[in-house]
Amino acid sequence: MRFILRRLGFYLIAFWASITLNFLLPRFMPGDPVSRMFARSQDRMQPEQIEALRKLLGVDDRPLLEQYTDYLHNIFTGQMGVSISRFPTPVTEVISSQIGWTLLLGGTALVIAAVAGNLLGILAAWRRGGAIDSALPPLLVFIGSFPYFWLAMGALYLFGVVLNWFPIRHAFTDGLEPGFTWEFIGDAGAHLVLPALTIVLVSVGGWMLGMRNTMIATNSEDYITMAEAKGLRPGRIMLRYAARNAMLPSVTSFGMGLGFVVGGALLTEVVFAYPGVGYQLLNAVQGLDYPLMQGLFLTITAAVLLANFLVDILYVRLDPRVRSN
Amino acid sequence: MTTALLKQPTQTLAVRKPNRSFVHGLLSNKKALTGMAVMLVFIALALLAPVLFPGDPSRITAMASLEPSAEHWLGTTAKGQDVLALTVHGSRSSLFVGLTVGFASTFIGILVGLASAYFGKFIDEALSLATNVFLLLPGLPLLVILAAFLPPGLGTVILVLVVTGWAGSARVLRSQALSIRSKDFVAAAVVSGERAGRIMFREILPNMASIVMGTLLACVIYGIGAQAGLEFLGLGDVSTVSWGNNLFWAGNEGALLTGSWWVFIPSGVCIALVAFALALINYAVDEVTNPRLRKIKTPKNTERSASK
Repeated sequence: MRFILRRLGFYLIAFWASITLNFLLPRFMPGDPVSRMFARSQDRMQPEQIEALRKLLGVDDRPLLEQYTDYLHNIFTGQMGVSISRFPTPVTEVISSQIGWTLLLGGTALVIAAVAGNLLGILAAWRRGGAIDSALPPLLVFIGSFPYFWLAMGALYLFGVVLNWFPIRHAFTDGLEPGFTWEFIGDAGAHLVLPALTIVLVSVGGWMLGMRNTMIATNSEDYITMAEAKGLRPGRIMLRYAARNAMLPSVTSFGMGLGFVVGGALLTEVVFAYPGVGYQLLNAVQGLDYPLMQGLFLTITAAVLLANFLVDILYVRLDPRVRSN
Repeated sequence: MTTALLKQPTQTLAVRKPNRSFVHGLLSNKKALTGMAVMLVFIALALLAPVLFPGDPSRITAMASLEPSAEHWLGTTAKGQDVLALTVHGSRSSLFVGLTVGFASTFIGILVGLASAYFGKFIDEALSLATNVFLLLPGLPLLVILAAFLPPGLGTVILVLVVTGWAGSARVLRSQALSIRSKDFVAAAVVSGERAGRIMFREILPNMASIVMGTLLACVIYGIGAQAGLEFLGLGDVSTVSWGNNLFWAGNEGALLTGSWWVFIPSGVCIALVAFALALINYAVDEVTNPRLRKIKTPKNTERSASK
């Protein structure tokens, strides 16, 4: 319990740091974001909205501390202002309509990559010097060296444009009504294949090598020798004895990976014009939509922190040594 | 990570000597040699770019979207620029940013890691907290936000990448420095009244050489990849020629949809080759310093290395 409280404290501090960063950035950066935004939005914005925006972004003349408390109050009451590029939709509404797609894409890719990578790592370490162990790691490291947006472009070109097997843009076909119908789910699934595949390709190598190296250490432990001496089946020793104990670092990576889910799919989303928070963040940046930009950054950060905290709690259950610490 | 453990059985004096077998091991390692050879080729290309392709590589010299031919080995872009010239010139900015970011973030990592491990207590708590917070903040969105607020330019790209990239190396270097901090020869240096800076940089740091090199290589890979990503999003300085910008223009001019594969393949392959070469060197460093990871070659070694 003490451990969890300590971690909670840490995550609160991390969240506070990102909120404050978000607060300070527009205030100390050169240029006046509101004027730039106003020039872009033509006549859609009313004077009182500009005033509200000035307050939100801190380009007004009140003392900094007062602005800061106001800003904090707004965040904790969920008032993130109104999106400029999608005026007059509230920022929270824009985000909530898109985070689902990001979670779907990133989550699918993460789970597939983690499961496949760990299994490959287990097999590679178990048969050291075997076919999987000698051929796959260099190949996967090489594939992992490509910028993943580039692999995404390659997959889009090859499987989308040339072979025309999969759709190349968006999360579902335009005009299709989102809902839990087979038609829609199948369509969304087809749109998911390429973006998820590229993320899996790039990240699976890391999982595999991590698991392989811990497994090699675990394989030389005495209890493995003991299990072998008892005459247990090799498959059982591999999975129940060795892999199970080598899993722990993978759990931590999974937590880090969850962070990647929300923020890291950004480039893939951009290549495939996939309507997730990453793609929206870039749009917000290009459209000088500062309120949306800040809202997205805070949402992404909060999601990452929450995911890591959940993994920490899980870790305590899995590894009793953490508790005594 | 296990360098210190491995050296433990030898005399403390031996620990402090620069490790000659490390350099030797690296030079006789096939992975390291391959990686270094690839890097040398790229560095040579970057240095010779103005000689090989004189003038501005982004000027329009031919018809648009030509396929690779004898005249234009890698074809031309949708604007009619020579892709090969763009790619060779692109290596300059990409390698420069990658190396600068790599060295700068490793340097910060060393400072933070050493100070954390040496002073301990409050300083360690505060620095570790900062490190962990930066590790946790989602890097790419932070990159995008920072790049959006700062004026575009090479300096901004470097600054942004260092800000988001130092924390990983700081954490690795801190844990290594901690294990060396607890060694007797450090205690001896403290007792004999040496200055903190001297102990950190003359006693502890030399013993971390292989880890520092590992983090440096990882940071350079990060710098090159992250610069490419940032520029691909159009958040770099789009007027310079670099691999990331080449890809940005390729995407912007619809190279994919028109089927001009030769426009986007070269820069991506170059990034991958450089990253792979650095990764190879990095693995070689690991192998040389950690016998457990070495390939099993002779049966004589097998038993020992597999069972211990």
